[in-house]
Amino acid sequence: MASSIQILLDKCTGCTLCVKACPFGAIHIANKKAVIDMGKCNLCGACVPVCKFKAIKLNKEAAAKRDLSIYKDVWVFCEQKKGVIQTISFELLGEGKKLAKKLGVKLCAVILGHEIEPKIEDLSHRGADKIYIIDAPELKSYQDDPYTNVLVELVKEYKPEVLLCGATTIGRSLVSRVAVKIDAGLTADCTGLDIDEKERLLLQTRPAFGGNIMATIITPNHRPQMSTVRHKVMKEAEIHKGHKAEVIRKKYPADLLKSRTTLLDIVEEIEETVNLAEADIIVSGGRGIGGPENFSIIKELAKVLGAAVGASRATVDAGWIPYSHQVGQTGKTVCPKLYIACGISGQIQHLIGMQSSKVIVAINKDPDAPIFKVATYGIVGDLFEIVPALTKEFKKVLKK
Amino acid sequence: MNIIVCIKQVPNTTDVKIDPVTNTLIRDGVESVINPFDCYAIEEGVRLKERFGGKVTVVTMGPPQAENALKEAVSLGCDEAILVSDRKFAGSDTWATSYTLSSAIKKIGLFDVILCGKQASDGDTAQVGPGISTHLDIPQVTYVKKIEDISGNKAKVERMTEEGYDVVEAPLPCLFTVVKEINTPRIPSLKGMMKAKSAKIVKWTAEDIKAEPKSLGLDGSPTRVVKIFTPTPRKGGEMLKGDTSDVAKELVELLKDIVI
Repeated sequence: MASSIQILLDKCTGCTLCVKACPFGAIHIANKKAVIDMGKCNLCGACVPVCKFKAIKLNKEAAAKRDLSIYKDVWVFCEQKKGVIQTISFELLGEGKKLAKKLGVKLCAVILGHEIEPKIEDLSHRGADKIYIIDAPELKSYQDDPYTNVLVELVKEYKPEVLLCGATTIGRSLVSRVAVKIDAGLTADCTGLDIDEKERLLLQTRPAFGGNIMATIITPNHRPQMSTVRHKVMKEAEIHKGHKAEVIRKKYPADLLKSRTTLLDIVEEIEETVNLAEADIIVSGGRGIGGPENFSIIKELAKVLGAAVGASRATVDAGWIPYSHQVGQTGKTVCPKLYIACGISGQIQHLIGMQSSKVIVAINKDPDAPIFKVATYGIVGDLFEIVPALTKEFKKVLKK
Repeated sequence: MNIIVCIKQVPNTTDVKIDPVTNTLIRDGVESVINPFDCYAIEEGVRLKERFGGKVTVVTMGPPQAENALKEAVSLGCDEAILVSDRKFAGSDTWATSYTLSSAIKKIGLFDVILCGKQASDGDTAQVGPGISTHLDIPQVTYVKKIEDISGNKAKVERMTEEGYDVVEAPLPCLFTVVKEINTPRIPSLKGMMKAKSAKIVKWTAEDIKAEPKSLGLDGSPTRVVKIFTPTPRKGGEMLKGDTSDVAKELVELLKDIVI
């Protein structure tokens, strides 16, 4: 029997509690009874516990129970670019350690690349108990096909219980393919992870609707339980110099390493001194800065702070700064330790992209600008005076 | 060239408001729109048709009202529109959604290029595009910011990365997910709007696309949503007042621990 949901009309009083609880707007009241629009219903079950009259019946088909006990260990896919392990990998090792401890299993790092043998030490110092290393010239830079094939083979052979990966350009492209190939569940862009120790389930919490709602997602009957995890949310694993990991080196035949696409060139845009996703501090400019030339005062402050430069959509659309700097719904989602918004009014599309920053500073001449509603510290005033004054003060404090 | 564009109808995020009492999403009166990233995919599809000739087929999986999104796509230059709709799709996660769309694409048959927006603005997963290419066993390039050229059955594209971009050559058929930088979508022409009005939307059910029932909807979805909640809204904090140099000093003092 397929899964279904049903309103028990004899019990329903038309109280509307379920209407309010439905995150998908799928329930309305007609003739004093709740009606579910199956076109919108996601069968998520959010309405079931709120009904005081037990009038909603959700039948979830009990999938044939698979033997999940053969899956163990927490894996972290460690992303490298030009042989440099990306910091997100250390964040995942930090979080992965906690999960592995709760599950009573090993924390394993997986790294693909070329001439990456020297990286073993970094990964063991960050707490990996086991390291799977696949070294081949074809894996030097990320390509969808060989990376997918290798990761699929590894997972099939060693059967991890949990597989974590950064929610980066590479990570999202890679594990989306892996999950389909191995018939696993994948949850995108998680900001919270925990373990249900009794059921050995990974509780994956992530924002949806641009952070307006949060959802906790599980993968009950498929393994591994896969997540991509947002940058800068988890704490980096501490370095323990003495820690030694078991190393497993794997080789794969040439046909598995073949790529249908060819990487012709890797272009780094010089302007991007610090990349937004990795930045601890971001200084952003909005329409209030008045013109492209005035990004210089934003950049000066960013330089002193070692920060990345962000921008609102308005400035990007006006051609003041390249799209790669755009923060917000159609740009990047960031969560640095400090976000300084200069001359940004704070349209919802922008707030979506930065409201999970730990500390937000807003500088705007309009006291009613929506950005102040999310700002930890707000300053109403002329950014052309305030930003340079801040640059000067920070220089003093940082002795630059 | 046969071009397929996959789109999703989403609530217009600018309209999304939270009920202050119940802390849930207010959906009443929220307008549905084409996912913003899919607008760039539609535009790129139409541009490819203009450059290389051929046909653009737009496809969506959704409730009956998603027909409106398809009509809008037709007004923007797509030639054919397919709505894949069935109650059996309810509860689909990205695995089941990409399976369903790939089954529909198999029924369409001939294609050289599949275009998707990089992600949808409601779910933000970026998983469906790569899922479709995997189900179809074709190559993909994600986060494409430029389709430089297509010749000799190969496409040369630029793929946005955190540091800049990669230049990638891909054999066709191939799936591309696109970012905003790729183009500036046109507004529908009067002729386009007339065409959309009379456009015939093809409707396919689960049976039509010969999909395996066990791979559809909730049953075909490995993941389950178990809890939905509203994050405590961020509260505005302190307003710093005073003359510029005092305010600057005060703020730097407050932020000292973060920046050092």
